[in-house]
Amino acid sequence: MQFIDVDKVVFAYDNDEETGNTVLKEISLSIKKGEFVALLGHNGSGKSTLAKMFNGILLPDSGDVTVCGMNTKNDETLLDIRRKVGLVLQNPDNQLVASIVEEDVAFGPENLGIDPVEIRKRVDSALKAVDMYEYRDHAAYKLSGGQKQRVAIAGIIAMQPDCIVLDEPTAMLDPQGRQEVMDTIIKLNKEKKITIILITHYMDEAALADRLLILDNGTILTQGSPKEVFSKIELLKRHKLDVPQAAQLAYRLNSCGFKIDELPLNADDCVKMILAQIEKV
Amino acid sequence: MPLLEIKDLSFTYGPGTVFEKKAVNNVSLSIEKGDFIGIIGHTGSGKSTFIQTLNGLYKPTEGQIILDGKDIWENPKKIRNVRFRVGMVFQYPEYQLFEETAEKDIAYGPKNMGLSDSEIKERVMKAAKFVGLKPELLKKSPFELSGGEKRRVAIAGVIAMEPDILILDEPTAGLDPNGRDILLAQISAYHREKENTVLLVSHSMEDISRIADKILVMNKGNMFAFDDTKKVFARGEELEKIGLRIPEITKIMIGLKDRGYNVSTDIYSVEQAVNEIIKLKKPNRKG
Amino acid sequence: MLKEITLGQYFPGRSVLHKMDPRMKIILLTVFIVFIFLTKNYVSLAIMVVSVIFVILFSGVSLKLYFKSLKAIIFIVLFTSVLNLFYGTGDPLFQWKFITITQAGINTSVFVAARIISLVLISSVLTYTTSPTDLTDGIEKLLKPLSVFHIKIHEIAMMMTIALRFIPTLLEETDKIMSAQKARGADFDSGNAMTRIKTLIPILIPLFVSAFRRAYDLAMAMESRCYHGGEGRTRMKVLKYSKYDYIALCVVCLLCIGVIICNIRLPITLRTGM
Repeated sequence: MQFIDVDKVVFAYDNDEETGNTVLKEISLSIKKGEFVALLGHNGSGKSTLAKMFNGILLPDSGDVTVCGMNTKNDETLLDIRRKVGLVLQNPDNQLVASIVEEDVAFGPENLGIDPVEIRKRVDSALKAVDMYEYRDHAAYKLSGGQKQRVAIAGIIAMQPDCIVLDEPTAMLDPQGRQEVMDTIIKLNKEKKITIILITHYMDEAALADRLLILDNGTILTQGSPKEVFSKIELLKRHKLDVPQAAQLAYRLNSCGFKIDELPLNADDCVKMILAQIEKV
Repeated sequence: MPLLEIKDLSFTYGPGTVFEKKAVNNVSLSIEKGDFIGIIGHTGSGKSTFIQTLNGLYKPTEGQIILDGKDIWENPKKIRNVRFRVGMVFQYPEYQLFEETAEKDIAYGPKNMGLSDSEIKERVMKAAKFVGLKPELLKKSPFELSGGEKRRVAIAGVIAMEPDILILDEPTAGLDPNGRDILLAQISAYHREKENTVLLVSHSMEDISRIADKILVMNKGNMFAFDDTKKVFARGEELEKIGLRIPEITKIMIGLKDRGYNVSTDIYSVEQAVNEIIKLKKPNRKG
Repeated sequence: MLKEITLGQYFPGRSVLHKMDPRMKIILLTVFIVFIFLTKNYVSLAIMVVSVIFVILFSGVSLKLYFKSLKAIIFIVLFTSVLNLFYGTGDPLFQWKFITITQAGINTSVFVAARIISLVLISSVLTYTTSPTDLTDGIEKLLKPLSVFHIKIHEIAMMMTIALRFIPTLLEETDKIMSAQKARGADFDSGNAMTRIKTLIPILIPLFVSAFRRAYDLAMAMESRCYHGGEGRTRMKVLKYSKYDYIALCVVCLLCIGVIICNIRLPITLRTGM
């Protein structure tokens, strides 16, 4: 049994399959504990719908989603699932419940009926984990987008989850905010061993994941490590998806006689690759 | 005479209150007819405030904005006319839609201009075409459309006023790569066909480098640079120092230069980079 | 600009007033307001006004913010006190055509002005020094007894928390939508009442649509964070009366006794209710 299993999930909004509103078409995948998985795809590819399946916000029309053996269709274990799998949404303004940072972070643990002293501890450590501790008594609406998003993440961490699903958490942020959020996500994955499922359409963010799943029109188009997936440049281009510029450059150089042993996904690796080629001769 | 001349422009929020904050500091530049200018800068660099002074949404605390030789604040009562000539598409413009149909929503601006019904109709159709909205969508409620379509309706709403200068604040924010590419191509085509002036604010250097002729870089309320795209990218290292993200490709070229290779760093497309790097390999082979 | 509205805002701090229990603050505020309106002569009025000033100084919140909260009501204060100025009975102090000003009129208008200003300031102290969550927590606890009448106190308190959280967000959004419509030539400043109402439609519809979208997102976020009503819910901050609360209680009691004594012992200046 995997940590999260998605088995032949079909889902349509309006429950009207004839009109072609089927968003997910018999999708199956599984997520291991501690993994960092990125889900990529166009708007309308079904990636956000899939994100909401992991903690039972949406339930499959057919097929099953199980978390640690618990089916999301089972009402009795739903709270357990939501404690284990947290969800962070795209719009940083819409998911903070309380006006003050620390009070918002406390919201989840409070719902779980945890002892006040313990909540205090969890809130402090969650805020430290996302580097927002000194903002604990600030008004939430005055923070920058990146900071709000980190508070939202802290609100999930305070429930001590095994996994965080992030649905395009950086789509509405500026480059600095994006960087802050991505640094936080990676830190949580590496240091706290929290499983990360990141839904995004930024290729540079996806390149940081252990595994990449590309969704297209409700099915999985391809999956694998970022290097494997981005080496299928033709396939990605055909489906109008981006490829990191470093990988594009390497690919083009390859057709001009450069040898590529390993696909570079960022500028540094790409420079190294080019140097190796120039200096070898 | 330049189309738009900005002279010693400064803007301060809430002067004399607890909230006092200088957002734009002594900016001067001229914009010629037909320019396509990309504007970049951090959140809080003053770029949003700057563009909102250009169409008279904010009144400059100091300095002047001269449109076609006339100060736009010469007659404050006529400021609405300036807004018709300097069209502004805000960030996430789809959140301003309110009419029953997409068509009516696009017609809102032209209607405020007091145009005749036939003129309005014609402009709506033209604007819809520019942003690639299919005619059958125009009869639908804007709230039934997809996110990308809503955005296009909102942009068409400003284009339909046929402004001399079109300002777009992050028009591609939140779109997927495909939607982004299509929209940028449409804006670019609009600029070519109408031969008018476009100002585009974006966080993405990649996007700006692809379509802008000139770039304005704002930093802490000041004008950091205003020059041809190529010349601004030649200052890539400086841009990185003020915390802006430069395109990956430019970074690679700077990386190569740092290792002692004689490559130019004013490069921002994969195409240009390939040509430059191949040059490196050939002389080496001979030696 | 709308963004600068301070009403119902909280300013974090470490003052004695910040440390007090919200329940005690709400109770004392109520008592305080009642006594502001029970003052019958200048001495008792002075007691209340001076204590309002002391409370403000103790709150550790910038005085500028209090002035701002007053700016919003200055018109009402002027209007009512000027009106009262002419409504006095008794010997006229000043007479010009149909205008008569009496000592009683002056008294009433001073009292009215002082009372309204004190009322607004002391209420501002509560919202400035109490976080919205604390405030709603306090109200929830104080209203708890009402749940025997099947009133859903927890739900009401949660709604208040959310409303307070989203007021600044929606104000900011209103500003943005207004700018966007102005850029399309909307004219909010001219025209008669009817056309003015019409010009509001392009603001109100997008605002409602956005509020619904936000509500949908928020509901999803709350569910994801295991919200399932008030049952079995604990709170991080357990409300507890501390020494500050008891001290404040004593101080307010003394003030009240002072006001009562002054009212009884000293001649009454103001006979009307208001």
